[in-house]
Amino acid sequence: MDSVAQRSFDVAVIGAGPAGIAAAVAASESGARVALIDDNPAPGGQIWRSGPHPAHHREAGHWLDQLSKSGVTLMAGTRAFYVQNGALEAESDHSLCQLLYGKLILATGARELFLPFPGWTLPNVFGAGGLQALVKSGLPVEGKRVVIAGTGPLLLAVAAYLSERGAEVLCICEQAPSSALRAFSLAMASFPGKLVEAAQLRFRSRRAPYLTSSWLVAAIGQKRLQSVQISDHRRVKEIACDYLACGFHLIPNLELARALGCHVTEGSVEVSEIQETSQPGVYCAGEPTGIGGMELSIVEGQIAGYAAAGRIISTKQLLRTRARYRKVVKAMKKAFALRPELATLAKSDTLLCRCEDISLADAQKHASWRAAKLHSRCGMGPCQGRVCGAAAEFLFGWTMDSSRPPIFPVRCSSLAAISSPEKPAQRHGGSP
Amino acid sequence: MSETLTVRVNGTPVDVAAGSTVAVAVLLSTGVCRASVSGQPRAPLCGMGVCFECRVEINGQIHQRSCQVMCEANMEIIAHG
Repeated sequence: MDSVAQRSFDVAVIGAGPAGIAAAVAASESGARVALIDDNPAPGGQIWRSGPHPAHHREAGHWLDQLSKSGVTLMAGTRAFYVQNGALEAESDHSLCQLLYGKLILATGARELFLPFPGWTLPNVFGAGGLQALVKSGLPVEGKRVVIAGTGPLLLAVAAYLSERGAEVLCICEQAPSSALRAFSLAMASFPGKLVEAAQLRFRSRRAPYLTSSWLVAAIGQKRLQSVQISDHRRVKEIACDYLACGFHLIPNLELARALGCHVTEGSVEVSEIQETSQPGVYCAGEPTGIGGMELSIVEGQIAGYAAAGRIISTKQLLRTRARYRKVVKAMKKAFALRPELATLAKSDTLLCRCEDISLADAQKHASWRAAKLHSRCGMGPCQGRVCGAAAEFLFGWTMDSSRPPIFPVRCSSLAAISSPEKPAQRHGGSP
Repeated sequence: MSETLTVRVNGTPVDVAAGSTVAVAVLLSTGVCRASVSGQPRAPLCGMGVCFECRVEINGQIHQRSCQVMCEANMEIIAHG
């Protein structure tokens, strides 16, 4: 039987990436008792993921150090799966914890958008950030032939990192045309730091050809990946490889925000100047408020942390920095817009839902995401539609508008614990 | 850094760097984590706990996301498919 612990904090922060760590540290140094909860085995989120081969980030050392020196109670390997009335339920491998909180900060980060294409379910087809996460977590890639395909600056970062770990990156296929990249560079002229960063990443991955207007068509293989097909509009080329890393943008993890009823507009959580959502006392920082990267996440986390702890400080400088980084995001969105061909890669028998093995044709018969779920089981498996729901949004314009607990699949005993009568509602005086 | 530990995947010993996740051990051995509901071989996709493709049995506990669990010495990992 699981042990159930109950603990109480002024501020609970969900997600221990850059935004969550910055928020927790800011709230803690303002005098609040803070809990920081994260599903991953160690703090850092994806960008500062620890393991045998961590990527080098100057900021990571600073913030992880700040975190360890702070009084923040870190709960890694812990999934928040149910939230209501100032109480959240969190499950770890061997225990269940009920956290009572005054203020809540959502720093749930982002995941990769996966687009279905023939062969995308083959072993050794990874997300771009996914392969990087696995290598950081100890996967050796010396001598592995890797094709990197998709869009955005993440491809360069992954190429640079994998090259330095000894992988043979065969090519980087960027779906955006070179004209869009030139326009992006011009728009970034007032952010020389970002341009230098991009140039450094390109230098570190210089052995791999960087192909623009090139996109993935299919992955080929029987029991595992053997080759990939790449199109450049004129012809399709087949490249033999060991690993495929595909990255088509990041999408925010909105499940908890949606379950709490926070307003979401165009895929981002709406927040005020102090990062407060439409739900009083619930703040949001980092990628869920709009994909913006590490620097923006740290600033938003700090603003949210100070605000949640009730500390009145001059946030003018932070707000100015935030406005600056938001400009970068806008320019990036424009340059790396996904081309329409990417919505036509999947064939009728290509699987859309990987948990329940539902084909594109079987899902497409239905009029909406909800209808597809009810009639085909699409999105009803353990990932709860995190992969196919986002793909269906891109392919069919369907929206996943609601999110119901449990936010993560959990043990039956954990579910039983929240449904018993003496739980959350009664602890707060039994409000009706 | 160079410290290694040994786990077993479907009974076969696999050496991994200390601090590696179970997904790494599986990728270094069978390369397949599970069979899908229609019997297809599946392996990690997202690497960060989102896609649930990397589910394996760890020390008798089924449906564990191998990318979110660290290897411990003598862990018994069962990867179907």
